[in-house]
Amino acid sequence: MSMIVPFGPQHPVLPEPLQLRLEIVDETVVSALPVIGYVHRGLERLAEQKDFQQDTYLIEHICGICSFMHSTTYCTGIEEIMNIEIPERAKYLRVAWSEMHRIHSHLLALGLLADAFGFESLFYQIWRTREHIMDAMEYTTGGRVMLSAACVGGVRKDINEEQKQFVLEKLALIEAEFKEEAHVLLDDYTVKARTVGVGVLDAKTAYERGAVGPTARASGLKMDHRMTGYFAYDKLDFEPVVENDCDAYARTKVRIREVFQSIDLIRQALSALPDTPLKTAFKGNPNGEAAVRAEQPRGEVIYYLKGNGTDKLARCRVRTPTFANVAPMLHMLNGCSLANVGVIVLSVDPCISCTER
Amino acid sequence: MKIVVMLKTLLFNLLKGPVTRKYPYEERPPFPGERGVILMPDESKCIYCGICARKCPSNALTVTRTPEKEWKYERFRCILCGACVEACPKKCLEFGDRKK
Ligand code: SF4
Ligand code: SF4
Repeated sequence: MSMIVPFGPQHPVLPEPLQLRLEIVDETVVSALPVIGYVHRGLERLAEQKDFQQDTYLIEHICGICSFMHSTTYCTGIEEIMNIEIPERAKYLRVAWSEMHRIHSHLLALGLLADAFGFESLFYQIWRTREHIMDAMEYTTGGRVMLSAACVGGVRKDINEEQKQFVLEKLALIEAEFKEEAHVLLDDYTVKARTVGVGVLDAKTAYERGAVGPTARASGLKMDHRMTGYFAYDKLDFEPVVENDCDAYARTKVRIREVFQSIDLIRQALSALPDTPLKTAFKGNPNGEAAVRAEQPRGEVIYYLKGNGTDKLARCRVRTPTFANVAPMLHMLNGCSLANVGVIVLSVDPCISCTER
Repeated sequence: MKIVVMLKTLLFNLLKGPVTRKYPYEERPPFPGERGVILMPDESKCIYCGICARKCPSNALTVTRTPEKEWKYERFRCILCGACVEACPKKCLEFGDRKK
């Protein structure tokens, strides 16, 4: 006989309030039903009531992890509507801060994953490494998480020579420390026992259910929106990280490799910073519509923006990556054992406050 | 011997002591440019134009001209974006130490 076990919204492994109603038979999950809506804040509606430049700071508060990426994607959308070409330096700086956010997000996710399978010292160790990148962000912009560095037409902050050296030093520290931690995540016998073969999502199902980001790339799908070369990604040397094992271990491996890739991308971006102004001046209000995409740490975010010629937007719609990853996650949960639910959920790295806005 | 990797880190941590500071007895000085709190050091420079209040995304600032000229800042509504600092034509706003 089956019974329903509620998993969350308050659960030790969940960083954010998501409830999964798990139908279990003995110890096996036979189906899972997500219940969301615990942190809905009505930000899309609020964005229609503020002016489009104020929205940059509002949109940034959609997520506390990839905040800068939300605001830059939003700005890209407005720039597309208003035909604003942003200066080269702004493009490279947007890449640098986006990649810093990716490192911080992946380290956070990997730390939480370590916590989910009960390896607390590894969790603290990874989060300790993460402090380096938080310092780099704070020194370059003045804020740890809410960088407020993006604006329509470019960026508001610059990275000077001294700050660049500081960031490079911090990157070297992260690289050295994270190499050891990655070794534990990838090679430790007990860690592997918890992640290898758990939460399998084959490539076909991943594609059909619309998986994005590391979840899709760990299932062998070569999908990374950065390949389209927005901002300055077309001028930087990078190849999407793809793994073919389809399980929680592969997703961990994709994130680990992406941390090193981001370190490399920041180094490339900072060494090639062109000497141009930071933003392009513009006049008027957005009139028209645009749909823009960007690759966030959890996958592809889509912004649909519609302006009506006034300073307030007619519509601001966000499709966040976690929303796309919920359906693949439910597939992974079918047939898993109850003890693995936490590991599977965190291997997808859900961000609920993004999803519910 | 995969376990030796973590062992090395653990031994290192044991010998090196804590990495955290004994806050509040020991503090890390803020980075230059840290966005702590909005301050108006010299109110005589302000012309009460209200531009800062119009730019503020979270309605943390109110500027009134009648009956009395007043510039008011609600610290707990402020999201420290810095739009007001950037927009002020008289440059009378600045970021200050968060403890003030
Ligand atoms: S923008 Fe500057 S001068 Fe104008 S009211 Fe605000 S603080 Fe005063
Ligand atoms: S920093 Fe931003 S939120 Fe705070 S008072 Fe200034 S404009 Fe308003």
